[in-house]
This record gives sequence, C-alpha cells and structure tokens, in this order.
Amino acid sequence: MSASTVTERRVAAAAARKHSLHKSRMWALWGSYIALSVFVVMFLVPPFYTLVTSLKSSAEISAQTGSPWLVHSPTLENFWYLITYPNFQRYYLNSVIVTILTVVISMVISVLAAFSLSRMGFWGSQTLSTGVFLTYLVPPSLLFIPLFQIVGQLGLINNFWCLVLLYPTLAVPFCTWIMIGYFSSIPKELDEAALIDGAGYLQMLWRIFIPVAMPGIIAATIFAFTVAWGAFLYPLAYLYTSNQMVLTVGIISDLIRGDVFQWGKIMAACLLASLPPIVIYAFLMDYYVAGLTAGATKG
Amino acid sequence: MAEVSCRKVTKEYDAGVQAVKGIDLDIADHEFVVLVGPSGCGKSTTLRMIAGLEEITSGEIWIDGDVVNDVPPRDRDIAMVFQNYALYPHMSVFDNMAFGLKLRKFPKDEIKRRVDEAGRILDIVPLLERKPRALSGGQRQRVAMGRAIVRNPKVFLFDEPLSNLDAKLRVQMRTEIKKVHQTVRTTTVYVTHDQIEAMTLADRVVVMNGGNIEQVGAPQELYHHPATRFVAGFIGSPAMNFLPCRVQDGPNGGLAIRVTDSITLPVPPGRVERYGKYKDKNMILGLRPEHLFEYHEQGKPGWTRVDLPVDVVEPMGMETMVHFFIDGAPVCARVDPATHAEPNEILPLTADLNQMHLMHPDTGKVV
Repeated sequence: MSASTVTERRVAAAAARKHSLHKSRMWALWGSYIALSVFVVMFLVPPFYTLVTSLKSSAEISAQTGSPWLVHSPTLENFWYLITYPNFQRYYLNSVIVTILTVVISMVISVLAAFSLSRMGFWGSQTLSTGVFLTYLVPPSLLFIPLFQIVGQLGLINNFWCLVLLYPTLAVPFCTWIMIGYFSSIPKELDEAALIDGAGYLQMLWRIFIPVAMPGIIAATIFAFTVAWGAFLYPLAYLYTSNQMVLTVGIISDLIRGDVFQWGKIMAACLLASLPPIVIYAFLMDYYVAGLTAGATKG
Repeated sequence: MAEVSCRKVTKEYDAGVQAVKGIDLDIADHEFVVLVGPSGCGKSTTLRMIAGLEEITSGEIWIDGDVVNDVPPRDRDIAMVFQNYALYPHMSVFDNMAFGLKLRKFPKDEIKRRVDEAGRILDIVPLLERKPRALSGGQRQRVAMGRAIVRNPKVFLFDEPLSNLDAKLRVQMRTEIKKVHQTVRTTTVYVTHDQIEAMTLADRVVVMNGGNIEQVGAPQELYHHPATRFVAGFIGSPAMNFLPCRVQDGPNGGLAIRVTDSITLPVPPGRVERYGKYKDKNMILGLRPEHLFEYHEQGKPGWTRVDLPVDVVEPMGMETMVHFFIDGAPVCARVDPATHAEPNEILPLTADLNQMHLMHPDTGKVV
C-alpha cells in the first residue's frame, strides 16, 4: 500500500466522521424542535383561545355554530365594557397598590436579611439561612386559617391592606434565598476592599452590593411581583366586597353571576390582567435568567 | 508614612488551630518588607491582622505609634491590594480609585487631582472611563494599585498581588511595584509565596513557616547566611542541596565531611574551628547548585573531584542544571553550558566548600 493511498483513506475517514457528526446534530435538533413544539402548543393554545373568545360578542359565543377557534365578527366591546366599568378599575387599582407595596416591602426586608445572613457571619446565621428557606416550603394553603385569626384580630378582614401584610410572608423567604445566593457569589475581597476604603456596612450594601447584585435583585423583584399579582387564595379568603377586591378574585366574583358565565368579558379581563406581567417579563427577562443562574456559574 | 510593629501577635481560629504563633516584627518608615513562605505559613493572616480584617487573638499591632488592635480597618489609614484585584465591577476606573476619597468626603477637585496623578504614575490615564471588565489583568492590577496610591495612606498592604498574572506580566509588574515604591516611599508590607518576588522587591524579607518567623533580613543576607535549613531551602532557585553527612577527622589535623563511603570532602581551614565541636556527629550538608560545578584539572588546587552519573540535564541558556543522585538524595549542580553532559554518563564535579552550610539534623539550625 503506497503512502498516498493511506493518506487518502485517512482523509476520507475524517470526512465520513465529520458527516456523522453533522447527522447526529441534525437528529438532536429535530428532537428538540418536536419537543419544543409540543410545549409551545400546550402553553400557547389557552392564551390564544382566551384572545379569540375575548374578541367575540356574547351572541357569537353562545351561538355554537362554526369553529370556536375562529372569530366571525371581531369586536372590542368586552374590552371597552371592562375599561369603563368602575368595579374593574377598582380591582386593577387595588392590585397595583397591593403589588407595588408588597414588592417594596419584600425587597427591603429580603435584601437587608440576605446581606446580614450572607456577609455579617454572626452566631446562628447559617441556621437562620436554612430556616428562611424552610419557611418557604410551608404551603400557603396550610396557613390561611391561622392567618385568618391574626388578620381578624387586627381588624383587617375585608380590607385589601391585609394583603400588603400577608404577601411578604410568601415573597420574603424565597427572595431572601435568591439574594443570599447572589450575595454569596460576590467575592469576599470586594467587601474587604470597601471596608479598607472606609465604607461602613450600610454604605457597603448600598454602594457596592446592591449595584453589583442588580440582576439578582431584579430576579427577586419579579418573583415578589408574580406572587403579589397572581395570588388567589388569600384574597378569596379575606376579601368579600367589590371595593376591596383585587383582580384575581374580582374577575370571577363579578363576571360570574350565579350560573351565568360572561365568557367574553372574563377572557378580556384575564388578558388585561396579564398585561403588566407580560410587559415586565419582556423587559426584564434577560436579567431574570442571569439572576437565577448566578450561583451556578459564578461559584 | 509610618512604622508598623507586631508584638507577640498570635492568631488562633475556633478549632484551636494557631495560624500565627506570637510573631515580633518591626517595620521602619518607608521600608518595603516582604513576608514570604509556603501556603499556610501565616503570612496572609499576619497581613490581614495588620489590615484589621482579622482580629488578633493576643499581642499588639502598632501603626504610626498607636496600638490599633481594636481600630476598624477604615480608621487605620491603610490601603490594600488584593490577589484578585477586588475592583468594584460596576464603577469606572476613575470611580474605583475615587471611592475611598469620596467616602472620606474629599472635595471634588482634590479627588480629580489625586486620581489623575496616580493615573500618571501608573500609566492608566487613558483607561479612567473604562469599567474593570474591559481591562486586562495587568491593567486591573494597576488600577488596584492606583486605588491604594490615591488614598496616600500610612501603609500599603499587598496580598499576593501578582499571583493571577501570567509569568511575563508578573516580572513586568514586579518592576512597576518597585518603581512606584521608589516614587511614593510609603511603608509597604507585601505578601507572596514566590521567593524571587521577595528577593527582588524587598528591603527586608521575612521568611515565615508554620506560623513563626524563621528569619528576617536583607535578601542577600538570607541568601548567603540562612539561619535555618528551612530558609536555606526556601530562598534560592533551584533549591539548595541537602545531604546527610558526618563530620570527622580530616587530613593535616583538619576536619572532613563524609557524605558517602566514597565521597569525603575536606572542610576549608577557615571553618575548622567553627565545625570542630560537631566532630563525629551526623549533620546535614547544604550546598547551593551554583557552588557545585564541573571539575577542571587546571582548577583550584585541593578541590576534591567527585565522579557522578548524570540523571537529567536541563539547559537554560546562560547555564545548565544537571541533576544527580548521591545515595538516593537528589542533587543539582550548575555547570557551564559548554560542558558536555549526557544522561547516564559520568561527570567529574567539585564543590566550593567555602560556601557550604552545615545544619543540625534535629533543630534545623545552621551552625
């Protein structure tokens, strides 16, 4: 066998290997596309159906002719009804107030808590950190009866301010946990440099830790926002007049009268209620992902 | 500018581990002192205690005539450069350097003047608006030094500042650090595990081992007159050769060092008195590679010829290191690069015994 044929054969073998690499990658891609398509269909069909239904008049919804997936005569009457409906405006405003206050309170508490737990190394800080996370594991549905007692004694039943008190109990543990992870990924030398530069603990937190941990803070903020905006159980349990209700319970208690489901308005209300989370996620998603994976990559 | 003193300083961690075992050290004003030693010898802990980042278990630390045991780092008027630079990632180079001054409420124009001046000294003026992530390792290190310089503190503390740089840059930054010290003359304590860094930078080197100070002295003094076997082995590269030996009677009423049955070396007359009391005792012979070289017929008279089989040859350009074994103990010799040496061949060698060190095998003290 001559040297040149050996070389040729090796080149051919290399080409074949390259081809097989290409092939296996193609199969992997097909696999992921199929899996993702199933996922996308499962997750996007309900919102799509919501949108379609919200654009139909009550008559068209109840007509039951033609495909329910198509709109014959689209109308914005459901949206217009809700926007001009004082109760719905009230729910929206209540939701916004409760959510903003919850986010602010939760973030102040959890950033301060996480900073002290992860950096100040006092006696029992390890145990406390674990304790904070364990708190998060207690399901809210277990707590709402004992909490009813407390809320009742505070005279806050049927008052949306009770939610400002209750939601942080759901948000703070997880936010603290995210922030402990993020703060721990900041090298110790950074605080030492700040200490030597003349910073006190509060200055260190405010001027070094908060700016550096911004992705983590945004992730935690989004979590607190989601908790406050989407909570259903507590408002259902503690609020019963429409001037105190927030969106989640307001929509179902107001738009379902007895056995009459005003489907078009319900769907439109759901879409309007989803608007703030969608907008916030769209703008902050990159930070959110960075924040949740920080502990894994920065070590 | 200030002097720094440690008086019987100890550091004990919770588990009863003593990291620093009562060290005494006086550092003069303007002096550049390097703490050097292997990992875990307590050098970084000592530096961090001077900085106030670690509490002192017992003893006293003095800076500029005050005991600072309970003074927090920010009130000690020190500046520190860290191994991983510890720059604030969200601030520009200017803000990084100005941070300490801003916290101390310096007027704006004074801050700008000082940062610009430090920028000029370190040659980083064009980088002032950049963020740390847009800088190379060497530039980051300069910024970290700039952050120390602008404060014009009493003491500079360096904690292995060059360890994260590649070899070439390390040599370059070493020179820069020395140059900066010659310019600003601030008292400096510098920690490193690299004995070459220690030798090149220091006015005085402090060799630490196991939480104790082994020896303090000028670089040349440590090199030529090590006090202990540890210092002798730690300072100098390649390291000093150590061979177990026995002191015995030599020719003409002198002394001789018996290394193996076939190798017996005469003690130079000038040292006979010094080593006399160790006659018939087992000792350790210490000899640097550069004092062990090829034997020439026309060389100095009376130098003993020893023939040894070569194990490994390492040509380095200006010199060639040749490795042997004597009774199982590795030995390194520095020979002329023109010398022909091949593995497994026999090379005739001789030693300059005027440069020898004799150590006690139990205490490790050089006698």
